Amino acid sequence: MPTLGAACLVCAFLCAIYASGAALAGRNGDRRWVDSARRSVFAMAALLTVSVVSLEVAFLRDDFSVALVADHSSTTTPTGYKLTAMWSSQAGSLLLWAWVLSLAASGVLLATRGRLRELVPWATAVLGGIAAFFTGLMLFGVISPGADSFPFERLSPAPVEGVGLTPLLRHPAMAIHPPMLYSGYALFSIPFAFAIGALVTRRLDASWIRATRRFALIAWVFLSIGILLGSAWSYSELGWGGYWGWDPVENASLMPWLVGTAFLHSVMVQEKRGMLRTWNVSLIVGVYALCLLGTFLVRSGVLESIHAFGVSKVGGPLLALIAVVVIGSAALIVSRLDDLRGSRRIESLVSREAVFLVNNLLLIGLCAVIFWGTFFPLISEALTGTERSVGPPFFNRVVTPLAILLVLFTGIGPLLAWRRVSAGRLWRLVGPPAGVALGVTAVLAVTTDAASEPAALLLFCFAAFALAAIAGEFIRGAGAQRALGGGSWTRSLATVFARNRRRYGGYIVHAGIGILFIAVAASSSFQTSSDVRLRPGQSATVGDYEVTYREPTASIDSAEQKLTFGAVLEVARDDELVTTLAPARNYYSSAATEGVRGFFEGEATSEVGRRSRAGGDIWAAMRPDLRPLDSQIDAADQRVERRADQIVRRAEQVAGTTPPPEMRAAVVSQLEGAKVKRLGSAYIDDPPPVDFRVNVNPLVIWIWLGGAISVAGGLIAIWPAPAARRRRVADVHAARLARDLGRA
Amino acid sequence: MEILVALVLLVFVAWFVTGPLRSARGQGGEGEDPHLADLEARKEAKYREIRDAELDREQGKLSEADWRAADAELRREAIEILRQIDEAGG
Repeated sequence: MPTLGAACLVCAFLCAIYASGAALAGRNGDRRWVDSARRSVFAMAALLTVSVVSLEVAFLRDDFSVALVADHSSTTTPTGYKLTAMWSSQAGSLLLWAWVLSLAASGVLLATRGRLRELVPWATAVLGGIAAFFTGLMLFGVISPGADSFPFERLSPAPVEGVGLTPLLRHPAMAIHPPMLYSGYALFSIPFAFAIGALVTRRLDASWIRATRRFALIAWVFLSIGILLGSAWSYSELGWGGYWGWDPVENASLMPWLVGTAFLHSVMVQEKRGMLRTWNVSLIVGVYALCLLGTFLVRSGVLESIHAFGVSKVGGPLLALIAVVVIGSAALIVSRLDDLRGSRRIESLVSREAVFLVNNLLLIGLCAVIFWGTFFPLISEALTGTERSVGPPFFNRVVTPLAILLVLFTGIGPLLAWRRVSAGRLWRLVGPPAGVALGVTAVLAVTTDAASEPAALLLFCFAAFALAAIAGEFIRGAGAQRALGGGSWTRSLATVFARNRRRYGGYIVHAGIGILFIAVAASSSFQTSSDVRLRPGQSATVGDYEVTYREPTASIDSAEQKLTFGAVLEVARDDELVTTLAPARNYYSSAATEGVRGFFEGEATSEVGRRSRAGGDIWAAMRPDLRPLDSQIDAADQRVERRADQIVRRAEQVAGTTPPPEMRAAVVSQLEGAKVKRLGSAYIDDPPPVDFRVNVNPLVIWIWLGGAISVAGGLIAIWPAPAARRRRVADVHAARLARDLGRA
Repeated sequence: MEILVALVLLVFVAWFVTGPLRSARGQGGEGEDPHLADLEARKEAKYREIRDAELDREQGKLSEADWRAADAELRREAIEILRQIDEAGG
């Protein structure tokens, strides 16, 4: 299968090049070349699917002759993680990128078949070019093995056992996070390619946007899910108690999300009003460049990061592609400025299009400050020779004011009409949510300590405004529908919702974002955190809670070669037991260091003890002080070696020949297993002190819920209205217009 | 065996991809008239705008006078698109 996969990858590369060339050959109207190019994209998608399947089969079969499988899987890796191990590697993630791109390209070419005949050849050429780049990058690894980019590199002889999946990645969120992110990145190729086609052909009306809007929205949804999963993983696995650390790789996914959000709003203005055309082509070029930059940051190792995959040779080619995209697109945009310039102007500042323009500026501003902070180490090194980094305090200081304003405008935008809000209507629209916001702010200031954090209180105020505004939109919409057609409130709401999915799906996204921001502000501004060192029976005070280390725990998982030291923590408030937490620390057998010592010098992961409620989380992570066990560990390893030697010598005497090395390895493994079990018992009998981090995080669960609500809103906005309903509505308007034509 | 399968796949892909080049269809081809399809898409978008403006009026964002003015302009634009559709033979 691996040979088939490699052959299909080569064929896919050839198909990508052909698709690009054939599309260009058909740009002047020869449909045969355009159709041939489209088929080549379909074929590329099929071939890359075979490549992906063959690699997955290699993982499932534990085929360690494939270097990727040997380096990222093992016989003890659970099956689910074997399937997802592909994208824990550079080569596998490049394959994933190319595969998703090929599927998306096939989808859009199928959807636009027979339409946009001037645009499609150029878009196909661009998509083929991008696909050729990524498949070519993988094949580059064949001639330059150090590039570590060829997914089907073989090992001879094949090792008996693989290294296994990095323990940090053995988490459901981390299994799904990479394909979500890469799907988002790859899908943004679609609107980018069509924008280039629109620029080249000077077809700068909204047709390219209409053709690709859903792909852009799907890309945004995937990117959102990927970012949320990454945050959830960080909160659950990394043991520091946070969900966002302004890590360069985290920022690399947030920047295209911010500009992508601006793009999705801004294209609505072009669709409705024919404005912001220069903005929109510039935004999608920016989004795509940032998607490539995100891939570059993760893959090149140019910036230190917990996500760092090490220095690699693919950074250079990726940087070159980014340069081509940015410079080439900029040149095209500048050359088409006259065509992009629209005749319409914003008629009123109190209009939806004006708010969307402010929205663009805020989101771009956020992206710009995050970009500056992320790349500041490189910039300072280039200018001064000294690498200086910026950390969370910088980001929090510059991002917070912009984020607060953004929350305000998520409420203002839905309230306004296109073109203008009629004079005298504005107060009627803004008044009620403003009243709710002021009321909520007053209650919070009086009944909580929210006033001690003015920025957080201001955000709560604006978020309350936004949520009240959105609720008002639903109520007004249902009321209007009820006035027209009668029926209950519920039915009216369902009807107006179903007929305006894009609008109300967008409102749900805004509501989710508002909730998410409330949760971020609360959990970061009002978190209580303590680092304490406890022995069994000892207690510490964390905020309003009394935390008692009741007893240690230890367990062994032979299948995963994992030793776990844990703790039972009782959390009480006012002498009443609130919850029991079970944090733990997992130690994995290391390939680099042999023996029992190998468990403690390899990777270790945290299992967080957590109680989640609507009001907040009580969160605990632990790290035992293993120094008291050092002498026991060393003694265990020495005894294992001595005993193994004895057993092998006896076997040699009995058999009369030297036993094979595998026999000694098997004996050592069995003896080590017994020693590890005894070590676990020793940990229970005479537990060393443990360093605990205990956090009380208000409202943090609403980050995930708010994010999920936003994603749901995005999916609703993507969902097409039933064709029959569209036809009925169209017929109604056509009939009315026909009547008007008759009277005119 | 895998090499053989790969070669067969390559031949099939080459045959599939070059199919249109071997067909009798020339320039232009069959299928949807792109100009007409574009007009239909613009028509749908304009109807959505008309519906949005109605919803804004019903929700109290637009006065009756402002709505009438906007609606009239949108309908003029929609009629123009319908006229172009008629001319294109739709």
